[in-house]
Amino acid sequence: MDRELRVLLLSGVALMSLPALSFAQAQPGVGAEQATPQVVEPRVKRRDVNPPGLDTENFEAGLFVGTVSIEDFGASVSYGGRIAYHFTEDVFAEATIGTAKAGKTSYEDLSGSAQLLTDSERQFTHYDLAVGWNALPGEVFFGGTRAMPSAVYFTLGAGSTNFAGDDHFTVVLGAGLRVLANDWIAVHLDARDLAFDSDLLGKDKLTHNLQFTFSLTAFF
Amino acid sequence: MIRRLLTIVLLLGTLHPGAAPARSGGAPVVVQDPYLELRSGPGRGFPVFHVVDRGQGVDLLRRRTDWIKVRDSEGTEGWVHRSQLERTLTPGGEPVVLPGPSPESRTEHRWEVGLVTGDLEGANVVGAQGAWAMTPTLLVRADVAQLLGNYSDGWLGTAGIAHLFAPHWRVSPFVGIGGGVLNVEPKATLVQPDDRTDSTAYAGIGLRGYLTHRFLLQAEYRQFVVFTSRDDNEEIDEWTVSFVYFF
Repeated sequence: MDRELRVLLLSGVALMSLPALSFAQAQPGVGAEQATPQVVEPRVKRRDVNPPGLDTENFEAGLFVGTVSIEDFGASVSYGGRIAYHFTEDVFAEATIGTAKAGKTSYEDLSGSAQLLTDSERQFTHYDLAVGWNALPGEVFFGGTRAMPSAVYFTLGAGSTNFAGDDHFTVVLGAGLRVLANDWIAVHLDARDLAFDSDLLGKDKLTHNLQFTFSLTAFF
Repeated sequence: MIRRLLTIVLLLGTLHPGAAPARSGGAPVVVQDPYLELRSGPGRGFPVFHVVDRGQGVDLLRRRTDWIKVRDSEGTEGWVHRSQLERTLTPGGEPVVLPGPSPESRTEHRWEVGLVTGDLEGANVVGAQGAWAMTPTLLVRADVAQLLGNYSDGWLGTAGIAHLFAPHWRVSPFVGIGGGVLNVEPKATLVQPDDRTDSTAYAGIGLRGYLTHRFLLQAEYRQFVVFTSRDDNEEIDEWTVSFVYFF
């Protein structure tokens, strides 16, 4: 009964103070105080700040190391950094930058002396901006007592790869697993395809450079 | 260059005060709902493993996207959705307000950041953009992009304004004008390997569609006039798509 009365009172107050409609509904206490008509209607605006003491941690940054298989040039150690911003529990954006030193083609190995690229042209440096989707969130269990939040995610991005003395527009498709070791440290396993057009060996072709990495990141 | 960037990323990850592990503090609030549901992780799929009754207090510890980690008086920690915490009170009796998206975000947001990709006269475009909503219909915006073509590479940076015709519609058209700098670097195999950096101005038209209260997809056509150091000005076209987050 008491509850019904309050709802009735609130509805009346809400109608009278239309500009602050949504605000009044959210807080019965304040709404009741405003029941007396006021000469000046207060314009209540949402404060866009978190309460003091509450730390928002939507950024995630860290380093990765792994291997990248550079088409025609063998697999090399790949390392770099990544920084992500988590918009919602489902969607994030991520910038990745990494580098690797390409090996030799089979032709270079067999012919003995022929060199297709100079030493500096073998540096394989890439960056990309991607949108990610946490498709399969969940928990992983470690031993009998620990449950850690995890997510399998997919990313799609575009960027640039500098290799063989040229910049190549690169499309990046990735899938990864993120496991949170505690509230702010995460480990990732990622598989990514860095795809770009290359005419290095005479013919224009789409090269797929598969990268497998392990990352350690921190939320802040 | 890359080494410096990596260092910055590393520093950001390790030195930020927010990265400190356990803290005793936190913002105290009092539960007003019949009960507050604590989940085991920051997501809607995580199971509810504990409830805090009305009138009890909890401390807000940290926030990730729309989820806030709280600790109750017995020390149990769990994650609560923002919408449920907005029905709690501070110890002073004031309602707790947590910033987040609402149906008004479309017309009331202040900032936009986005990723851009597209085509500029045959060259691939990849870049980032930002905008400040001066009013719901007027945006001040800037973007930088790398250009990757078959015969030349380069970069483009612009700043300008855009007018939105109907920001409250789900799909809203807009027009924009601005200026910037275009750098074109022909590939070394061509005869003129000199760099060219020219100022440029553009006029554009586009459509933006709101996906949610936070995201929108934007398609834009811009025509650039490049003020070259030669006698003739060049006109070039750009088509782009961007994925934009607004807040």
